Amino acid sequence: MISALLILLTSLLFPGIVVKTKALMSGRKGPGLWQPMYDIIRLLRKGNVYSSTTSVIFQIAPVIYFCTVLFGVCFIPFGNAEGLISFQGDLIVFIYLMGLGKFFLILNGLDAGSGFEGMGSNREALYSLLAEPAFVVLFGTFALMAGYDSFWAIYAHWHLTTGSTLVLSALATYILLQVAMIENSRLPVDDPKTHLELTMVHEVILLDNSGFDLGLTQLANAFKFGIFGALMANFILPEHQSLAVRAGIFVLVILIFAVVVGLMESFRARFKMEKNPQFILTLSSVATIAFLVALIITNKLL
Amino acid sequence: MNIELLEGITLLTLGIYFVPVAWKQPFAVLLSLGIAVVTGYWAIQVLAYDQVIDQTMNMPFWFNSSVLHIDKLSAFFILVIDFGCLTSLLYSRGYLSMYAATKRPQEFALHYFFLLWLQLAMILVVTLQEGLPFLVAWEIMSISSFMLVIFEAEKKEILSTGIYYLIQMHVALFFVLAGFTLIEAKTGISGFNGLTPYFQTHDALPMFLLFFAGFGIKAGFIPLHSWLPHAHPAAPSHVSGVMSGTMIKMGIYGIMRVSLHLTDQWMEIGTIVLLVSMVSSVFGVFFAIFQHDLKKMLAFHSIENIGIIGIGIGTGLIGTAMHMPVLTVLGFSGALLHVANHSLFKSLLFYCAGSVYQQCHTRDVNELGGLIKKMPQTALLFLLASTAICGLPPLNGFISEFLIYKAFFTGLGHDIYTSVLFLAALIGLTLTGGLAVFCFTKAFGVVFLGASRTHHTEEAHEVSIGMRIPKFLIAVPIIGIGLGSYLLMPWLQPIASMYLTEPVSNPVQMAGPMLQSVSLALGAFVALVVVVWFIRRVQQSNKVITYGPTWGCGYSSLTPEHQYTSTTFADNLGRMTSVFTGVKTHYQPIDKADIFPSDKRKYETHQEDELEKMLILRPSHFFLDIMMRFTGLRSGKIQHYILYGLGFIILIALLTVTNML
Repeated sequence: MISALLILLTSLLFPGIVVKTKALMSGRKGPGLWQPMYDIIRLLRKGNVYSSTTSVIFQIAPVIYFCTVLFGVCFIPFGNAEGLISFQGDLIVFIYLMGLGKFFLILNGLDAGSGFEGMGSNREALYSLLAEPAFVVLFGTFALMAGYDSFWAIYAHWHLTTGSTLVLSALATYILLQVAMIENSRLPVDDPKTHLELTMVHEVILLDNSGFDLGLTQLANAFKFGIFGALMANFILPEHQSLAVRAGIFVLVILIFAVVVGLMESFRARFKMEKNPQFILTLSSVATIAFLVALIITNKLL
Repeated sequence: MNIELLEGITLLTLGIYFVPVAWKQPFAVLLSLGIAVVTGYWAIQVLAYDQVIDQTMNMPFWFNSSVLHIDKLSAFFILVIDFGCLTSLLYSRGYLSMYAATKRPQEFALHYFFLLWLQLAMILVVTLQEGLPFLVAWEIMSISSFMLVIFEAEKKEILSTGIYYLIQMHVALFFVLAGFTLIEAKTGISGFNGLTPYFQTHDALPMFLLFFAGFGIKAGFIPLHSWLPHAHPAAPSHVSGVMSGTMIKMGIYGIMRVSLHLTDQWMEIGTIVLLVSMVSSVFGVFFAIFQHDLKKMLAFHSIENIGIIGIGIGTGLIGTAMHMPVLTVLGFSGALLHVANHSLFKSLLFYCAGSVYQQCHTRDVNELGGLIKKMPQTALLFLLASTAICGLPPLNGFISEFLIYKAFFTGLGHDIYTSVLFLAALIGLTLTGGLAVFCFTKAFGVVFLGASRTHHTEEAHEVSIGMRIPKFLIAVPIIGIGLGSYLLMPWLQPIASMYLTEPVSNPVQMAGPMLQSVSLALGAFVALVVVVWFIRRVQQSNKVITYGPTWGCGYSSLTPEHQYTSTTFADNLGRMTSVFTGVKTHYQPIDKADIFPSDKRKYETHQEDELEKMLILRPSHFFLDIMMRFTGLRSGKIQHYILYGLGFIILIALLTVTNML
């Protein structure tokens, strides 16, 4: 309950902080922190403009994408307190729900009958299929460490005490950070601020979406960042502190994540399109290393 | 319900030849329903009252009184068979109406006759335990499916595909026959019942592999899969549906039946099954991505799903070896549920593909497009089945994959060997899921979304109500299993528990509550979607909604040819993985003098199955070459043939005299 509320509220600030950081880094003043949210609210109050090629899929896809992300937020625990929805195996449901959102987002792109959008759909499908194993292996590693496969149990059994768990946390944070960048189509895989349709991934799928639908997807993107931030924050959430302190740390980590995203985007160039798969696959191998480390820690190996 | 009823219905199938052509299909549906009621009654009794039914069938020939032995495993498969065959027959009327003008009534009669016999034969396959009757039933199944595949036998390529299929099925038969013969020779017991004594006294692995090869050809595990991508596109769509949805599961049944008798070596056998299945699932879907023929693509997806089922079986067997009942139950219930699930969504996909073919007369996805506006119900049903086959919530495919994932997560960390194995399987299954999403978004997007690409879709319209009803019938359990899976678990778990070596106090406790939470969560998710959709409706109701052209980036004359096609969608993945997928590109590079490239230039890609080349085509060509050397002997003169006969007799006589025979 707490985590869902915190994630949703903090996510609203997330895009603003990213934009502000990037502006400051390039020596501009930049828009206000709430500007992206104002934009989304403005979109949510508008009527839609449809391409006459589109069908009902184009209308339902943004709704389903938004719902999968919103529902995904409910799965995330708050340290060792359960999330709104928590049961054995919730991790698998979470991963597949995100997959459902992707599925409809890809179809959304194909529905307008434009070459650009098809291209975006294709790239989105390819990148997410390559990034998924990294995420699953990472959480397989946690399941191995904790002996459970629900988000809550994994975090409840996570103690930052020994050096080896620190190593594992570092690896995990690295993977989560990169997966978050890929899943949200940010640098170095995709540049959200590019002005050329040919080089876009996520933005190009939504070329024909407008008004309410566009607002929903942008809101969903913000929530998605919040989810990844929360997944990282839970690693370092202390157990024996008051609720206010823990909530503060939780929010702070997500906000720091936003600043990191901004910094990364300011100092990093985008890859060539064909180098992307290679980069994404690297994450899976890093995740496999994490798995082997976990095997060593749990005395299965060596 | 007793066996005489089933025998009576069997006899009545001959009646199909005598009823008028318009009544042939309703008559066949009635008989199929009859079979379904009788056998389904037995099956439900077995499952509900936890008993075993033996029905003695008195047969005239040399095998007196075969026994139909229905245990829980058979009962489960009977239900899958009955539903699959019934919907296929229901759908067949509309689909075959295309041929009403060109085909004679006898041909329709023959077709329906063999559809019914396929159903009967499959039921016999899953109930007969003795060796010879089982093989006879197995043979009837292969022959009737062969007859169904060659419905359009006047087309040469379809006939040759049918024969290709028939030969492969007989290769499979020989493996199974060899297995049964060896067992009977060693133990003196015919059929599956001889397996337990055999496994107790002999090395189980070679015998299991023999059966695995035989049943694996039927099921379509890679590298034994090469008949599937040929036979399914050749067959009429309702036949593809029943073959892919139900008949290949007989191979799975055989493997499950044999593993039920294992007494040792679960770990080795489980590992082999798991590894072969992983390869099948990943490569099945990989190959599927590069197909432009809609039905061929679906055929490759059958290989993928057989792989997923096999992953469940392998995990279950490893669980038995590790003495982890949870793993056994989760693995086998996942596999069984996926058998049922795949039979549902795959037949639905084939029926939708058949409807598209009937309306557009092409199966090449690159020539279709925008069909959702012309065939909205077919499109939404195809979308439903695509979502289910990708294993996405809240539909049935997700539940079976969930059980298998759950098994992996539970099994991780037991020891190093299984941890690494399960991690590999976890990556394999995730990759399969991602690739399936890639493939089905492509297929659905290219066929149904966007704008029409060629003239083929011009005259398309929604198919007749008779063709839609069976599809909706299948859609109901797809959604039902997805949302109400926990109700199903008490039925599945006893079947999966048959593979346990030690009794477990309350196996239903193991996955039931978890699935209840899953159902609740998925129900809540559906509710959330409905609420947001409603909010969107309210918000949009008083706003100005405008329509315009698709954004063309400043270019104002977009044509449908600018759209992504199946080829372009698969291009980047194909180039990345060309080493093992065998995608070949054919095109003429533009000449320097060629200022205005002409329309004749084509760019084509196709995927070549290297495994088929290596395992089937090369050896058979080799033998053919040898055989061709002897064609000179076939002179056509009767005196030469008498001479050959004489020579043979003399040779035998000489060999006998010299004691070399």
